[in-house]
Amino acid sequence: MLADKDRIFTNLYGFGDPGLKGALARGNWNGTKGFIDQGHDWIIDQVKASGLRGRGGAGFPTGLKWSFMPKNDSRPSYLVINADESEPGSCKDREIARHDPHLLIEGALLASFAMRAHTCYVYFRGEYIREREAFQRAVDEAYAARLIGKGNVHGWDFDLFVHHGAGAYICGEETALLESLEGKKGQPRLKPPFPAGCGLYGAPTTINNVESIAVVPDILRRGATWFSTLGKPNNTGTKLFQISGHVEKPCVVEEEMGIPLRELIDKHCGGVRGGWKNLKAVIPGGSSVPLVPAELCDDLTMDFDALAKVKSGLGTAAVIVMDRSTDVIKAIARLSYFYKHESCGQCTPCREGTGWMWRVMERLVKGEAEKREIDLLLEVTKQVEGHTICALGDAAAWPIQGLIRHFRPEIEARIDGYKAVHRQAAE
Amino acid sequence: MAVRRLHPEQPASFAFTPDNLAWANEMIGHYPPGQQASAVIPLLWRAQEQEGWLSEPAIRYMAELLGMAYIRVYEVATFYTMFQLAPVGRLAHVQVCGTTPCMLRGSEALIETCKRWIAPHAHELSADGNFSWEEVECLGSCANAPMVQIWSDTYEDLTPALLEKVLDGFAGKAPMAKPGSQTGRTASCPAGGPTSLTSLPVAAASGGMTED
Repeated sequence: MLADKDRIFTNLYGFGDPGLKGALARGNWNGTKGFIDQGHDWIIDQVKASGLRGRGGAGFPTGLKWSFMPKNDSRPSYLVINADESEPGSCKDREIARHDPHLLIEGALLASFAMRAHTCYVYFRGEYIREREAFQRAVDEAYAARLIGKGNVHGWDFDLFVHHGAGAYICGEETALLESLEGKKGQPRLKPPFPAGCGLYGAPTTINNVESIAVVPDILRRGATWFSTLGKPNNTGTKLFQISGHVEKPCVVEEEMGIPLRELIDKHCGGVRGGWKNLKAVIPGGSSVPLVPAELCDDLTMDFDALAKVKSGLGTAAVIVMDRSTDVIKAIARLSYFYKHESCGQCTPCREGTGWMWRVMERLVKGEAEKREIDLLLEVTKQVEGHTICALGDAAAWPIQGLIRHFRPEIEARIDGYKAVHRQAAE
Repeated sequence: MAVRRLHPEQPASFAFTPDNLAWANEMIGHYPPGQQASAVIPLLWRAQEQEGWLSEPAIRYMAELLGMAYIRVYEVATFYTMFQLAPVGRLAHVQVCGTTPCMLRGSEALIETCKRWIAPHAHELSADGNFSWEEVECLGSCANAPMVQIWSDTYEDLTPALLEKVLDGFAGKAPMAKPGSQTGRTASCPAGGPTSLTSLPVAAASGGMTED
């Protein structure tokens, strides 16, 4: 288990003062000027050496992403922080925003400096109203203390603005977020051009998750080696895990990357409801990743590479636990409804496919289907997957593919049961 | 996608209050010159806070204020589902999260409570016009599921009985419930006390529970 001394989010639950005074006592803003004095490239090199991979779901190396930003460009550069936390199961960024906001502000300054940006926008999901207000209070404090702003004590002019959406999951996709930030419908852009070349207002832009930015100050303070020796090779550092569903005590907790799933649930969540043997499946990384059935969970570790091996993913590390009482077909059908609701409507395979897949899933829940439709559904998921501008189409397809891969007998039994009942009724 | 249309009955006009107009002008200053359209979502949101819902005159007003084509503001208002295009309950509009993590912990029972307590259908006003409800997609409080959002606040770790207590509070029949966990947990800390950060004095002292 991760020792308290190695934790980054030391006010995760808000027991302490989230304001500047409390943040300073926890060591935030300590030595920031010294890091800036070492130069833009030093910071990027440190983040690269730490092995930090993006915490928003895709796991792209953060330092590498930063190095794509142009060094001599007449246009202004922007850092945009993605606080549009909407992936079902995910609830970590809200804790950072309301309880450890100064880590995020300090990280935003350091990341912006590294990428030669003077302006940063933090895009909150519309529903996080209190979180946004709490974060704004911290931003105001930082301005008042001249930690950020024009002519601040760190010697790098830096403005941070809080922006928000109004209820659209798709705005968590980075180019949809940029569209939304420009005042349009959140419909993703084609890539290329990538945001580093042509992003917000047509200028070089990097979009990072809240957690990716908030861990940067501690990486610089404690050293890239400290971070990279935590976790596993290629999956370094600490991570906020969010455990929901059928555990005794759902919670958000910071742990080492690569912690065994069972240890995570037993140590912090009081175990699976009814005991480990009562586990049916977990969705390990937020709704978009395929579920993992209990028989693969015993030795499963929570990191990008181990979860990819079982054809799932770490995503946002939002662990949705389902015990044996769960109607797993219904649980996935509800996710299909979610994707149907949240499709932006731009690409035909997704706009039409998500609704189609949801309607078939609803029939599978009741068993009101033919067994050959399972393969038909699987085929349609493959026609949606990879044929859309953004990954929402993939995200809608994967949970269904996972369900069919691991629970086909249960779907077939449901169909048999429905047929048996209705045959009797007909007789 | 959701089909969202404007309400058939619209007020004659809309204008920001002087305070809100001053705030709007400050917001516009957050974006580079010529990019004032960026402020459209925050401004529409403020209009909704002012009126309770988003009317057609408010959409026109924002188009004029920001120098945008009416259709551009209209499509933003209909695209983003937090914009209420019809009047909602005066005292409370209850948004019940129904997505899988909440469903696994009992959100369907909360929806039944809303149907019984408020109105049989989503977006339907209660008989006295004071309450309305809808099922929404993941609100991002999954470790505190199931939960609802009413105006700016979330009410978490609910059961049907606890939700009724919250609603009684809005109806003035009981003391107002404190936002956040309704079982006394602090934020997303495990029930009964933290399993991490325990060597820090402040966490140990509080035992993981909120003091009232």
